[in-house]
Amino acid sequence: MRFLQQTYTIAAKDLRSEFRTKESLNAAASFALVILLLFSFAVDPTGPMVREMSGGLLWIVFSFAGALILNRAFARELPNDCLDALISSPISPAALYLGKAIASFLLVLLIEVLCYPAFGLFYDINWTNNLPYLILVSLLGTWSMSVVGTMFSALTVNLRLRELMLPMLVYPTMIPALMAAMKLTTVLISGEPLSDNMIWLKLLIGFGIIFTALAVALVEYILVG
Amino acid sequence: MSALRATRLWKYFGEYPALRNLDLEVQPGTCLSLLGRNGAGKTTLLRLFAGLSDPSEGTVELFGKSSRDGEARRRIGLIGHGIAVYDELTAEENLLLFGRLYNLPDPHKSASEWLERTNLANVKDSPVREFSRGMRQRLAVARAFLHEPSLLLLDEPFTSLDDRAIALLQSLLKDALAGGATVVMSTHQLREAMELSTHVALLNRGKLAFNGARPAEMLADPAWLYRTHGEA
Repeated sequence: MRFLQQTYTIAAKDLRSEFRTKESLNAAASFALVILLLFSFAVDPTGPMVREMSGGLLWIVFSFAGALILNRAFARELPNDCLDALISSPISPAALYLGKAIASFLLVLLIEVLCYPAFGLFYDINWTNNLPYLILVSLLGTWSMSVVGTMFSALTVNLRLRELMLPMLVYPTMIPALMAAMKLTTVLISGEPLSDNMIWLKLLIGFGIIFTALAVALVEYILVG
Repeated sequence: MSALRATRLWKYFGEYPALRNLDLEVQPGTCLSLLGRNGAGKTTLLRLFAGLSDPSEGTVELFGKSSRDGEARRRIGLIGHGIAVYDELTAEENLLLFGRLYNLPDPHKSASEWLERTNLANVKDSPVREFSRGMRQRLAVARAFLHEPSLLLLDEPFTSLDDRAIALLQSLLKDALAGGATVVMSTHQLREAMELSTHVALLNRGKLAFNGARPAEMLADPAWLYRTHGEA
């Protein structure tokens, strides 16, 4: 119970801070929408190719825009040395990590909620064919991105080139989850059944579980060691 | 049981030993001033005490427990180089946040009390980024004392404080010591520190050059210890 309360306190604090400053939200939302818009000029929005690459395009946009949000997960503690106050407090490092991962997860989801309708509009695609499953895939893919990104945000927080280092570490690690999320999103937007692609769904779930467990186990060593 | 015990402590940064085989014990209710030139290892030692960093060798115990133990950390009040409050949150939100993290029974009541004690009650709903330097420092003091810590770890606490904040901090530290709390502070401001200190430890290049009760000579001449035990 105490663990959950600590996790909630950190997540609520990060969300409140972000909604007050909108530092990463504004940057991520504008970046995502601009990329979707520009790409719509590069391909024929009415052609069949758009459906085939829809998952790839969307998840590239989500992961690039997401990196702007994930970079801030621990970096927002740097001004005034707030991270020291958190680490020396009795909060469990795992609760600190999970609170930040949940806040990042919700912020990236918010970007995705903006992107799906914009994608439908710019590319003239009905993306709601399999909406419940699309939501499920988005939740799983975004959680995988958030746990990996938040872990590497903790690892790179004291580096000067952290904005560069984070994507270099996150994207290679994320490849299995990104492949699964791209494939499943393409399938769902094309209106195909999910049942033929369960292996990708299992991969996405497994990735999320493994990296959540790994990050929770390692976060104290990352922050203090 | 000692409030704080460091045993055979080494801390390396790469190949460089910032602390060298250091043994230190602090009894409850005492006020220890950590003295030494810049780079002597004072901040490194305080960071190890606060559990912000692990020693390369040796152990740190707070009240008989590891410095990373949750119960031990609950008893620490830390003022480091930064004020450790969030600019985008209000003064009250900052104190409520730390009140919840320390699992205080009534965070709102504790926050209100400390906002009153630090004369910040009238600006409790203003974001910290709008505060003057002195107000931010007083909020940092409120944040450190909010959970009534039994071990205060203070890194250069008087540096860049205005007169009002120095007087407030000294008064709070005296109250805390009178209530049985232990204070360990690193400082270059010897005159302010000697008013409170019962013990002093002088660090010289990561080693303890002196550790004991505050010599009487230091009251009249705070730099006495440097001349007799410090670097030439």
